Amino acid sequence: MAKRTPDGPEPDPAVQKLRVRYAKRGRLRFSSTRDFQRALERALRRADVPMAFSAGFHPHPKISYANAAPTGTASEAEYFEISVTDRVDPERVRAALDEALPRGLDVLEVVEAGTGALADRLEASQWELVFTGLSVSRAEAAVAALLAQDRHEVTRLFKKGPRTFDVRGAIVSLAASGSEDGSCAILQMVVRHTTPAVRPDDVLTALRAVADFVPPAPPLVTRLAQGPLHPATARVADPLAADRDVDGS
Amino acid sequence: MSAATLPGESLYPLLEPLFEQVGKPIQYVGGELNSQVKDWNCGGFGPDGDELTARWTLMYPDAYEVGVPNQGVMILYEVLNERADALAERSYAVWPDMEDLLRAHGLPQFTVDGHRAVRDFDIFGLSFSTELCYTNMLTALDLAGIPFRSQDRVDDDPLVIVGGHAAFNPEPIADFIDAAIVGDGEQAVLMVTDLVTTWKAAGRPGGREGLLRDLARTGGVYVPAFYQVDYLPDGRIKRVVPTEPGVPWRVSKHTVMDLDAWPYPKQPLVPLAESVHERMSVEIFRGCTRGCRFCQAGMITRPVRERSITGIGEMVERGLAATGFEEVGLLSLSSADHSEIADITKGLADRYEGTQTGLSLPSTRVDAFNIDLANELTRNGRRSGLTFAPEGGSERIRKVINKMVTEEDLIKTVAAAYGAGWRQVKLYFMCGLPTETDEDVLQIADLAQRVIETGRQVSGQRDIRCTVSVGGFVPKPHTPFQWCAQLGVEETDARLHQLRDALRADKRYGKAIGFRYHDGQPGIVEGLLSRGDRRVGRVIEAVWRDGGRFDGWSEHFSYERWMRCAGEAFAELPWDIDVAWYTTRERGQAEVLPWDHLDSGLDKEWLWQDWQDALDETEVDDCRWTPCFDCGVCPQMGTDIEVGPTGQKLLPLTVVGSGQPALLERP
Ligand code: B12
Ligand code: SF4
Repeated sequence: MAKRTPDGPEPDPAVQKLRVRYAKRGRLRFSSTRDFQRALERALRRADVPMAFSAGFHPHPKISYANAAPTGTASEAEYFEISVTDRVDPERVRAALDEALPRGLDVLEVVEAGTGALADRLEASQWELVFTGLSVSRAEAAVAALLAQDRHEVTRLFKKGPRTFDVRGAIVSLAASGSEDGSCAILQMVVRHTTPAVRPDDVLTALRAVADFVPPAPPLVTRLAQGPLHPATARVADPLAADRDVDGS
Repeated sequence: MSAATLPGESLYPLLEPLFEQVGKPIQYVGGELNSQVKDWNCGGFGPDGDELTARWTLMYPDAYEVGVPNQGVMILYEVLNERADALAERSYAVWPDMEDLLRAHGLPQFTVDGHRAVRDFDIFGLSFSTELCYTNMLTALDLAGIPFRSQDRVDDDPLVIVGGHAAFNPEPIADFIDAAIVGDGEQAVLMVTDLVTTWKAAGRPGGREGLLRDLARTGGVYVPAFYQVDYLPDGRIKRVVPTEPGVPWRVSKHTVMDLDAWPYPKQPLVPLAESVHERMSVEIFRGCTRGCRFCQAGMITRPVRERSITGIGEMVERGLAATGFEEVGLLSLSSADHSEIADITKGLADRYEGTQTGLSLPSTRVDAFNIDLANELTRNGRRSGLTFAPEGGSERIRKVINKMVTEEDLIKTVAAAYGAGWRQVKLYFMCGLPTETDEDVLQIADLAQRVIETGRQVSGQRDIRCTVSVGGFVPKPHTPFQWCAQLGVEETDARLHQLRDALRADKRYGKAIGFRYHDGQPGIVEGLLSRGDRRVGRVIEAVWRDGGRFDGWSEHFSYERWMRCAGEAFAELPWDIDVAWYTTRERGQAEVLPWDHLDSGLDKEWLWQDWQDALDETEVDDCRWTPCFDCGVCPQMGTDIEVGPTGQKLLPLTVVGSGQPALLERP
């Protein structure tokens, strides 16, 4: 109940930092970053995680969020970090937190943070876009047209007004394929994290501009991975691998 | 409907593409922590294969962000879902962008839990805390594919049943509803559920009308179709008579007497989306005995029934464990009046010390005791703002409304607040109270200036603030002011502007006093709907057809539309009635009021006497502490005020943090 006054005792110090990977699935893909943040803070309380708090009149739990997927997109690879005041077992925290969050916000992995900043490791994302009722050939043609360009600028409305930026330069790979039953077309792409971040809908805007690509319905978008960009293979690697190695697990 | 689905089948796959295209889709997807979706046939089948499940949609007919924190719906949802043979799902008003898409795709009003079509359910229960949601009900009925008028509905249509405070005068929506239930809903919805399952098991005798007759004959369910209203040539009501045998002349309200036996919600819903009320609430008592004459809530929820200190402690503990909320609000109509409030706040403050759990007491009582409580709740924290509601600007008008607080009390209280380190005081007032003059309202300015003066003296600082909020008074049914004339739009605005000028006139207080007010227009529409009769239904429908939605939201509300539609609708009627007739006209003692046949427990004679006392500026005491003033509730309902003290205390608990050892690293 009592909030600490700034001249009161210092909050308990953080003794351990955890990195968490979670998924946003099913209907909860419609949750926004803010929605998730509120849900997480409540889940941490429900799960009794010994959170470290900031000092001051309004102590805040020490959580840092990284690079969240936009509202409406699903994800298998979202990350945040928390600091705790007691050393905890990461796997037990994973299970407890997963239990405390609504279904569809699923905690996949918790590791103790090693050295280096997590944000620096999130260099690129791998996305999958599923278009129901679209033929692969249409998608392939559009992809070829975009990849043939060196640069392609799109304009998106930000809170501070419209901004124009290059999409093509951020695309590391982009390929179309069909689902097994042939009912939908799938785009797979790896996009480098730039500023502003190029999102899947920016790529769709570019595809529409270069190839008049207008799918019958908006696609189901999922972030499959984000992490370091492997230069040789042009693939996205696991950002927690380094921490896991230190962990020895 | 283009969607050919089986009854009770989820429409989610069809709705999902629409969610991509609307604002804040999270409000439509459900899946909140502690929400549930039950098997469509959880009630099983009879020997002849008749399905026996009682299925409820509970709708709060406003935006999700306003409706989801409502305790009433949350309670009924849980009470119903606990029953093996019943299921309840929630629905909220969809915003116009979603409404357009649903229409374009031929999709219906849906529940957020199972995304089932509202029309598939047996009962469509709507909760009305305010009349300004009536147009939203019409949107929902229309989208659901349920005919507006109860007389046009067929056996496949759900029964449309309304509850909540506004249901105490359901006459303006009488044509659109099948039934209204007044008072507490916990036991009432279970009673209705019993009747539905019994009726189903018996082979649905009499169809939907048979079921409505069963409901009406309980004496506690109002079925407007079974009552005929006759009018006098001048437009007043002549009489209201039941038209069916066994249907009561007056419908009684429901009262849950032992709150400890109904500790709901046990598992409060935790929305993902942001809502207007971001905290867990525990209702610490129902009813209010202060007897403020303008307060409908206080009048219709009598008698006072307290939850015990231990019951409250358990609900807080269980609720926090189930939700993870960071703040608990101790909810009621006047929380500082609980007979053991000091022990409750101290006990909870001790229990949750150091757990980053906030405690709040929405209380507007003006006395030093209230400050002690507020101090307790914020022990070592920041003291930002405190709210008081003197409601009337002058001593005289406070006697009229029976808000017994003297200017000296108020100044003393405020001094104590500023002295204890509070920096901002909010003061609530009303404008347009019976017998009010410009002078009464202008005294608000004097009061605010004295408040700042006192604050500066006590705190020795200049940067203290006082915010004055003024709302327009709307006379409500079942109160002593049900007969009075409402103040018109121009008069209200003129008075508020005078007050604004007076507040701004004195430069010494300039920035220290904030002023917020609502203009008179929405109040007149609320007044029309609050004290309206069945003839007002055609106005509501006309406004809806003209595009009226979300009337509680200033960006959607159109006064011009309401007045135009009302003018046209009333002109078609044989009586000389208009909006002014319903709002700014004073009623006489003998007039039959549209809601007289709904029994709130209050004696009409007593209400009239209290109205006369108001005009004489005579006050009555709080019957919680002093002897009964014969409002009629207790003898009429065979009840008594149920208050403590129990003398018990809250024991220390290790509640928050008790799961931690299980998470720790093991060597
Ligand atoms: C929290 C709150 C809010 C919050 C959250 C809103 C919400 N959705 O609950 C906010 C701040 C948004 C709010 C706004 C407003 N509020 Co408010 N609010 C409250 C408060 C404090 C608690 C509500 C609550 O949860 N009550 C507890 C539950 C258990 O009671 P209940 O909802 O009435 O439900 C019971 C019965 O009515 C019945 N029941 C209810 N629905 C149904 C349906 C069926 C089918 C059946 C059978 C039974 C049934 O069963 C329930 C259990 O017994 C009450 C005061 C109070 N203590 O009640 C005021 C109160 C309801 N609000 C009130 C008002 C005036 C408003 C506003 C109009 C204010 C304004 N001018 O803007 C708006 C309207 C917003 C809206 N569109 O709904 C008034 C209503 C006045 C009246 N005539 O009675 C109250 C009573 C406050 C007062 N003292 O005057 N409010
Ligand atoms: S009858 Fe008397 S004791 Fe009962 S609620 Fe009315 S005033 Fe209070």
